[in-house]
Amino acid sequence: MKNIVALFTGLVFSLGLSLSGMTNPDRVLGFLDIFGSWDPALAFVLGGAVMVTVVMFRFVLKRTTPLLDKGFYLPVTETIDVQLVAGAVMFGIGWGLYGYCPGPALAAISYLQPSNGLFVVSLVVGTLGARWWSARQHSANLLAVGQN
Amino acid sequence: MISLDIVMPALLGGGLIGLAASMLLLFNGRILGVSGILSEALDFKGAGNKLWIWLFLLGLLAGPRLSDAFLGTSEPVFEERTLLVTILAGLLVGFGTTIGSGCTSGHGVCGIGRLSQRSIVSVCVFMGTAMVTVFVFRHVWGG
Repeated sequence: MKNIVALFTGLVFSLGLSLSGMTNPDRVLGFLDIFGSWDPALAFVLGGAVMVTVVMFRFVLKRTTPLLDKGFYLPVTETIDVQLVAGAVMFGIGWGLYGYCPGPALAAISYLQPSNGLFVVSLVVGTLGARWWSARQHSANLLAVGQN
Repeated sequence: MISLDIVMPALLGGGLIGLAASMLLLFNGRILGVSGILSEALDFKGAGNKLWIWLFLLGLLAGPRLSDAFLGTSEPVFEERTLLVTILAGLLVGFGTTIGSGCTSGHGVCGIGRLSQRSIVSVCVFMGTAMVTVFVFRHVWGG
């Protein structure tokens, strides 16, 4: 059942991306171009989504468990650290260069455009690189703690 | 002038995105964050049931074609990016969202939904950086 929910929510999410215009990188850059010929429409995508989640999440998270699992899988980190900010800066540069964030980039694989394919391969390599880097940082920290 | 026929698809699409995130949290207790889901899919050493991850991605892949067939959208046509820009952007988005723990969906749609301080900071930083990047490449460098 959880698998069916995952498939269905992936599909609804993706229909939302398509309908809203997020799968077109030129429209995204037009929205980000606030000093040029700004296209403000896409502000309503995040705006519309957040209007729903702010209300719905309040009710959902009042429950002790989700409907189909034993508990919620929520992030535990609460500190605002260098990694959070540096990661957001890198993401922002990449997003501003091409116009793809991860969701629309993966959704648009279905169009089999070579440029999208190259972006997705780079996205995967970047993700794997970050996982590798984080694991190295983590073991280096453990080593440092051990030496103290 | 912002016309209603441009705003409505954006608002409706955004509503569907928020609905999907709310359902995934209500039923499965999971945050709908695409960069996190991608990272989990690429964690080949990780144990546990990953089927839901791949099924979510399958749904994500199926969306655009179905939308074109039934919701009146069409395949996006956009300007050619150079190879360098494409590769660099992909690497930055992948690396940045992974060490920064989220992207537009995880931090934006879900994190703001939870009123998470980390997510609000992240969204302001990546949105601001992206706008500065577009400004620099369109109006300073390219202009």
